[in-house]
Amino acid sequence: MTELHLMTVAELSAALHAGRVSSVELTRALLARIERHDRALNAFISVDAESALAEAAAADARRHAGDAGPLTGVPIAHKDIFCTRGQKTTCGSRMLANFVSPYDATVVERLRAAGVVTLGKTNMDEFAMGSSNETSFFGPVRNPWDGARVPGGSSGGSAAAVAARLVPAATGTDTGGSIRQPAALCGVTGIKPTYGRVSRFGMIAFASSLDQGGVLAISAEDAALLLGAMAGFDERDSTSVELPVPDYTATLEQPLKGLKIGMLREFFAGLDPAIEQLIRAALALLHAQGAVVREVSLPNLPLSVPTYYVVAPAECSSNLARYDGVRYGHRCEQPRDLTDLYERSRGEGFGAEVKRRIMIGTYVLSAGYYDAYYLKAQQVRALIAADFERAFHEVDVVIGPTTPTTAFSLGAKSADPVTMYLSDIYTIGANLAGLPAMSVPCGLLEELPVGLQIIGPHFSEQKLLNIAHRYQCESDWHLRVPRGFG
Amino acid sequence: MSITRSQIADIAHLARLALSEQEIPVYAESLSRVLGLVEQLQRADTAGVTPIAHPLPGQRQRLRPDEVTETDQHELYQRNAPQVQAGLYLVPRVIE
Repeated sequence: MTELHLMTVAELSAALHAGRVSSVELTRALLARIERHDRALNAFISVDAESALAEAAAADARRHAGDAGPLTGVPIAHKDIFCTRGQKTTCGSRMLANFVSPYDATVVERLRAAGVVTLGKTNMDEFAMGSSNETSFFGPVRNPWDGARVPGGSSGGSAAAVAARLVPAATGTDTGGSIRQPAALCGVTGIKPTYGRVSRFGMIAFASSLDQGGVLAISAEDAALLLGAMAGFDERDSTSVELPVPDYTATLEQPLKGLKIGMLREFFAGLDPAIEQLIRAALALLHAQGAVVREVSLPNLPLSVPTYYVVAPAECSSNLARYDGVRYGHRCEQPRDLTDLYERSRGEGFGAEVKRRIMIGTYVLSAGYYDAYYLKAQQVRALIAADFERAFHEVDVVIGPTTPTTAFSLGAKSADPVTMYLSDIYTIGANLAGLPAMSVPCGLLEELPVGLQIIGPHFSEQKLLNIAHRYQCESDWHLRVPRGFG
Repeated sequence: MSITRSQIADIAHLARLALSEQEIPVYAESLSRVLGLVEQLQRADTAGVTPIAHPLPGQRQRLRPDEVTETDQHELYQRNAPQVQAGLYLVPRVIE
């Protein structure tokens, strides 16, 4: 039998089913791995061994009782943006450093119901605002492929934990690329579903018209298994969509013959030739399976980043107004009056990037500037969404790179926000249009992973997972493990 | 696009964020840079384009009957509060 930590969720599911391993044994093995490796990586904000082992014992009991599903007893980690009842949920912020959630997020609740074991909560950029995991109050996460480099962000802890095989899978959230970009930089598979597909109840809000929960895993098959358990209508989220969830695993093997793939012209203009070569090699593999590749153009896509940096900060300035130092969260010492209490609690509780985004949002929404910024951005957002819609009349999916570069060095972009923001140049479009998108490992460049991005029409998760799975049947980039973690 | 230090102080107050004297020039510089990036939007011809606030066209806001569905759990919720007395959140005196 393959070593436990190298097994995919599908393989673990089979091993648990066959009785070759118990959930308690598996949970112990992974807890020991976290203990051994996480001091160097800092991928976890908290690990609750006691509750994990209790959940594992309950999963084993459920299996003995003949009541196990495919995910029963499989251990995973949750990004620390998802509320977990009775456990710390910090969102990577000093503001919530001592916040103990009184309830479970819907995603957590559904995975618990499926018998999934929670090993811990993963590190992240503060309030999911960042592309490098350097804005976390709990310190940066290190990329398992090179400890001097960032894992990407904001779901950097989840991506690093899966890449280092500390967990077989982890949840994440994606507002402008926060699942796909770290998945690409860490060499794991990530899916951001359609806006409204996965409930946001109990997922701490950043930008409500963009935020969506998803999965980081070793393979597309694993992502399909987990997404199936997480997704679906939830009356507690007003943006949740009332559509049935298909069995994402049932269509993984479908042949790609006749699939129409659009190569995004705007994503290849000025792209690093070494990355372009790997993306073209992946396209050739899909072509060999019968897919037809043609070029498509989305002329407004280059305006994604400026559009996002109006819309997302505007929504964040509103969402984060709730942190007032009164009902929960950080409170300053000895406030003089109520205004002082608000201002100092927020000034101390939020880090530099969060404060910057709140101020950008406050500015673009303020009297006299609303039309020039917010309204304009909402109009350009409509143009970008229309570009995608037009492209999907011609092709089934569009494909390009996930990121413009491989993982960059810690500190390389933290001094200039604009340089950092541009690392999400290829991922933001899917959020603005609410589209499902994946990142799939498609090669290594000087021992650093490169991700292939696949974007589809609304609710085409089945198709994306099918393409990713067929690609992974013919390639092994997703099975490469960074040195020292094998 | 250039944001002045006094504009930063005004924005910070609107957002109820206390900033130190050292932070103000840093934010003046970085907000100016970000708004410079945002200026690119002016290039787009948006005449007659209907703005969108939400990425799923046609989705309507659901309504539910106006019924009490939550139970009273204030003790549980107030465990996270910085200061509570007799089931009430404590703040500095507002009315002198």
